[in-house]
Amino acid sequence: MDLLAGAPVKASFIERSIEGLSKGLSFAALADASAHAQTGLLQRVDPRVKVAGVFTLIVAVAAAHSLLAIAAVLLLALTLAIASRVPAASLAKWVWMPVLLFSGAIALPAVFLTPGDRFPGLPVTAQGLRAASFLLLRAETAVSLSSLLVLTTRWAHLLKALRVLRLPVVFVVILGMTYRYLFLMLQTALDMFESRESRTVGVLDPADRRRLASATVGVLLSKSYQLSSEVHLAMQSRGFRGEVYLLDEFTTRGADWVWLTVFLAVAAAAAWVGR
Amino acid sequence: MFRVENVVFHYNTVTALDGVSLEIAEGKRSVLLGANGSGKSTLLRMLDGLCFPESGKISFRGDAIDQASLEHDEFAHTFRRRVGLVFQNPDVQLFNPTVLDEIAFGPLQMRWPKEEILRRVEAAMATLEIAHLKDRPPHRLSGGEKKRVAIASVLVLDPEVLLLDEPTAALDPRSQSQIIDLLIGWGGGKKTVITATHDLGLVEDIADDCFLMQQGKLVAHAAPAAILKDEAMLRAANLIHEHRHAHPSLGMHTHPHTHRT
Repeated sequence: MDLLAGAPVKASFIERSIEGLSKGLSFAALADASAHAQTGLLQRVDPRVKVAGVFTLIVAVAAAHSLLAIAAVLLLALTLAIASRVPAASLAKWVWMPVLLFSGAIALPAVFLTPGDRFPGLPVTAQGLRAASFLLLRAETAVSLSSLLVLTTRWAHLLKALRVLRLPVVFVVILGMTYRYLFLMLQTALDMFESRESRTVGVLDPADRRRLASATVGVLLSKSYQLSSEVHLAMQSRGFRGEVYLLDEFTTRGADWVWLTVFLAVAAAAAWVGR
Repeated sequence: MFRVENVVFHYNTVTALDGVSLEIAEGKRSVLLGANGSGKSTLLRMLDGLCFPESGKISFRGDAIDQASLEHDEFAHTFRRRVGLVFQNPDVQLFNPTVLDEIAFGPLQMRWPKEEILRRVEAAMATLEIAHLKDRPPHRLSGGEKKRVAIASVLVLDPEVLLLDEPTAALDPRSQSQIIDLLIGWGGGKKTVITATHDLGLVEDIADDCFLMQQGKLVAHAAPAAILKDEAMLRAANLIHEHRHAHPSLGMHTHPHTHRT
């Protein structure tokens, strides 16, 4: 009897978990490579200017009451992404599609439930469609701008920029350490699933999958707790006494001031047009 | 320099240190030799003031190393400046976003002037030959590179005492050799270095004093050559074992196997 014969087997729970974790690591690698590309436009801009500019644009988009104004900012983000050599396909796959699905699920009921003028023969209202469009467009634009910031700025520079812009030091340090150890825990989870897969034959039944998932979460939690204690000891050993100090060294060039002016002008225009 | 008196410590119900007493002289290169679970790493952490004995005392240059003394900012500041620990797992020690930030972390805690910090960081990177890694995030480094960054992050403070926990564990032979050469040459060979290891091949290269530990107790203190010669004692401490193998001409036979690298 041919044990391998039969219909193709669907990817197992373990394989799907491995795939998901690998994708997470791939996106991080993409972000890292993109941020280090010196040929891109935004990669050469002072990180503080980018953080301030993107923050202002997001505020303007959130405040704007015109779909046209929000769409214009989204178009600007797309143009900057292309000029910064951020692959549009990756942006669509990692940013636009997930946001569309997530925000779409939230916005969809509004299309049917919002009172207003119904389209002939359709259960949707013009007001509902407009509300849903606002939600989707705002979410897509805000996430595109944030992703553009992350994909064109080295993580270390981004953290320093946040610090220079007066974000509390504890917040910045925790953010940095979370990102740093996320990789370690992702890799640990990946190793655990691969090790489990190498000892698994066939497809697990739902009860076993639940057991495996909860056991993995438990082990990861325990490992992360142990790791955090060790990291704290390592910090103490080098003089940490509860206060964190950072090396902040940025120089702003003339071009950076021009960029800041452009960001602020676009944000002001979007807010004015969409008032 | 360090005096350890009748120290006892448990992890829940497991005894890690059971009445250990020893003295470490200034300028000596000492090894805490023992198998896994012998208590050497716990003792190293106590010498760095990261955990404290349940009973017994530890002192550094006559000052007690305990919770109360390390709560005083001035004492803690001076002690951390003078004593540095390199952890076994470099991932624990590399928590900053870049190599440069990592090495600058200790000096920044010391509140040294920025120019002084940058000068020392550059010097430490040059010593460890890692200047080309300065903007890299630690999670993108190889095992050997991580270890060198971890050592640089401690050496940048130019401590009087360097504590090392299994410095060559999980490293390839070339990286091991680089780390050993560095330890031999550091501070012109005149600084105090205390290394916890189970690697017998390392002992004679990096130490002139050896403390053998077994199940939380100190069982011997002698020169490395004397300790390494005593096969019965090493076997009892689980550092060597009988190894059975066959030779085409001699057939099957056994002899002590030391795991020297």
